[in-house]
Amino acid sequence: MIKAILARWKQGHRTTGYPKEPIVLPELFRGYPELDVAACPADCRLCADACPVGAIGCEPELSVDLGKCLFCPECVEACPHGGISYSRDARLATNRREELVVRGGEERRLARALDARMLSLFGRSLKFRSVVAGGCNACEADTNVLSTIGWDLGRFGIQFVASPRHADALWVTGPVTEHMREALMMTYQAIPAPKLVVACGACAINGGPFIGSPEAHDGVQGMLPVDLYIPGCPPHPVTILDGLLRLLDKMGEERG
Amino acid sequence: MSRKFLLTQNGSAVARREIPVLSGDEFLEELLAGLEGGWRVVSYFGAAKGVFLQLYCLLSYKSDAMLGAMSTVVTTGSFPSQVQYAPQLHLFEREIAEQFDIVFDGHPWPKPVRFQRPMASPPGVAPTVPNKIGVMDFYRVEGDEVHEVAVGPVHAGIIEPGHFRFQCFGEEVLHLEISLGYQHRDIERMVLGRASGLTLKRMETVAGDTTIGHGTAYAMIVEGLAGARVPARAHAIRGIALELERLANHTGDLGAIAGDVGYLPTASFCGRIRGEFLNLSAELCGSRFGRGLVIPGGVNFDVAPELAAKLARRIAVAREEVTNAVELLWDTPSVMARLEGTGVVSAETALELGLVGPAARSSGLNRDIRRDHPFGIYCMSQLPVETAKGGDVYARSLVRWLEVEKSLDFIEEQLAQLPGVAIRYPVGPVGADQLAVALTEGWRGEVCHVALTDQSGCFERYKITDPSFHNWSGLAMALRGTQISDFPLCNKSFNLSYCGFDL
Repeated sequence: MIKAILARWKQGHRTTGYPKEPIVLPELFRGYPELDVAACPADCRLCADACPVGAIGCEPELSVDLGKCLFCPECVEACPHGGISYSRDARLATNRREELVVRGGEERRLARALDARMLSLFGRSLKFRSVVAGGCNACEADTNVLSTIGWDLGRFGIQFVASPRHADALWVTGPVTEHMREALMMTYQAIPAPKLVVACGACAINGGPFIGSPEAHDGVQGMLPVDLYIPGCPPHPVTILDGLLRLLDKMGEERG
Repeated sequence: MSRKFLLTQNGSAVARREIPVLSGDEFLEELLAGLEGGWRVVSYFGAAKGVFLQLYCLLSYKSDAMLGAMSTVVTTGSFPSQVQYAPQLHLFEREIAEQFDIVFDGHPWPKPVRFQRPMASPPGVAPTVPNKIGVMDFYRVEGDEVHEVAVGPVHAGIIEPGHFRFQCFGEEVLHLEISLGYQHRDIERMVLGRASGLTLKRMETVAGDTTIGHGTAYAMIVEGLAGARVPARAHAIRGIALELERLANHTGDLGAIAGDVGYLPTASFCGRIRGEFLNLSAELCGSRFGRGLVIPGGVNFDVAPELAAKLARRIAVAREEVTNAVELLWDTPSVMARLEGTGVVSAETALELGLVGPAARSSGLNRDIRRDHPFGIYCMSQLPVETAKGGDVYARSLVRWLEVEKSLDFIEEQLAQLPGVAIRYPVGPVGADQLAVALTEGWRGEVCHVALTDQSGCFERYKITDPSFHNWSGLAMALRGTQISDFPLCNKSFNLSYCGFDL
């Protein structure tokens, strides 16, 4: 027992201060893209051709679809003009699918809070039922991380629960394999209304690396009404947390 | 050990025409004689040959770091099963039966593997329409007080989907049957054709917690087929990333094992420290899961001296913290009482089933690809292989911990002496009409990729074997005779991949 107490003392308090304090991300972290449209020569498609999942568009000018983006280094490497780079800004979640498309010079769109009625229902307590529908276990791992002492999601009143009957919202990861479609829909139906849906990760939003799979559905689009899209392959835990806190209007004393 | 196999090595490619095509009888005779003589099956799969089916078998002979390849052509809709002589073939045969619509005569357990559509069917046979997922004849125990417990596909936590059927007598589990396939994305079919940037992304996400393990195997396949060289520095960086992957997962699982026996200090500490190892992977390449690091020909990102020093400093701190957290387990009698003797897999069972990785080593099997078929940096720098005898949850926890220590040593050693300058060499076109095989030791065990190219250098068949393919049967056996309440604990001690199995 004394050893456990000593260990507790040694390990210390390690919960992140986010959102009150910013998170320091690794130098190579690839977050919100920065587009310099002026640097793009006419008819140049180098970055778009290098993108393995077709997340980059060039018509009429450069755009990146964060719903498809795997945040890999390919486009940056392919561009000799410095037209595209990825910042360390991990705030990526949005409420609507089309808001995930980033265009140069456009105003930044972050996830907005739920309306007053939904906030009154879920603002102080939001319970999720997770369904993994073909995910590779990375989105799942970095969602699980939020419940560790490093993040302590429970302090915001957010929790993952075992039964859909106890849940307020569905948490979807994976491209929705045909083999999981029915289980996903049944779980959604088992959650009492009103309910929310979060699509976490590139797979759930648009199929991720499995885009075009003959055995999966390129994500939940057209299948479920999504309230929060969290891009990434997988999303960094802070991207997930940031999206959730914005949805629940809990950013409060945000910095930077 | 002179057999009719074509001998090759890990990461090498051979011309397809050199692979012996034996008659069915000869093939099976060689297979059984090989297994008798100390060979082990690492891959056994089908590929369409015209309208017929060609079976390829790849075997490992560990003391010579040798791999053997042979094949046979099946012209009818059936082939004799060898499972009664070699149980390690049982799932391979089921997989071939499902993927190529044939029957293995005499197979004791002919059930679906992933409920997938066949890749091809024998001539004149209409392709079988698979059952609805999860609909099959489950093994049933009858009796007055026998009951059945069905769990999944959707589980209570944030866990991948799978279906588990327990036959119980009171609390005691008489039998567990595991039915998977829910995560099936058809990766083996999607990666056919010319290798592209997207192929690599799909390989990295076969099992996303084994990104480096599968990514490296794929890179080795392409390098083998293209005859490409990889700089020494890239090999070292790949090795560091692979061991970081092992550290993150072993640490997380040790914490989860502690959580499953209700010992919260270690569960809490390890949950966070696991994240620190993921953060170190992100320092290497920007992604906590090592995405975008390994590419055919080398790695995408260098480890500059300042980064090496920073990583070494953080590794030292993490070592101190994880040691402090995990040693609590061994010092706590209530924890040890729950780990010892729970979920035993005997050495005989492990050997028969062909278990791999820490699960095999915990049952006393001394096998590790890093030593038996060394690749990359492991050709130069060896890690001691850790084994235990008990085959129980304690043994699996202990082996994981000993591997954590060795991986930490390895990373420190590599960071102190990163060789050379170059991190990637160009890779030429993939060779035509070849077979390449690549094995890596992921944190769950042996990852095996085999590729067959056609006359234009496109992938005609790509076979992926995740360690979980071998090991799910081990979990089922571990549950026999234990209390059903021990299932989460046993499950966590294996922590197998659903998506890696389902492909």
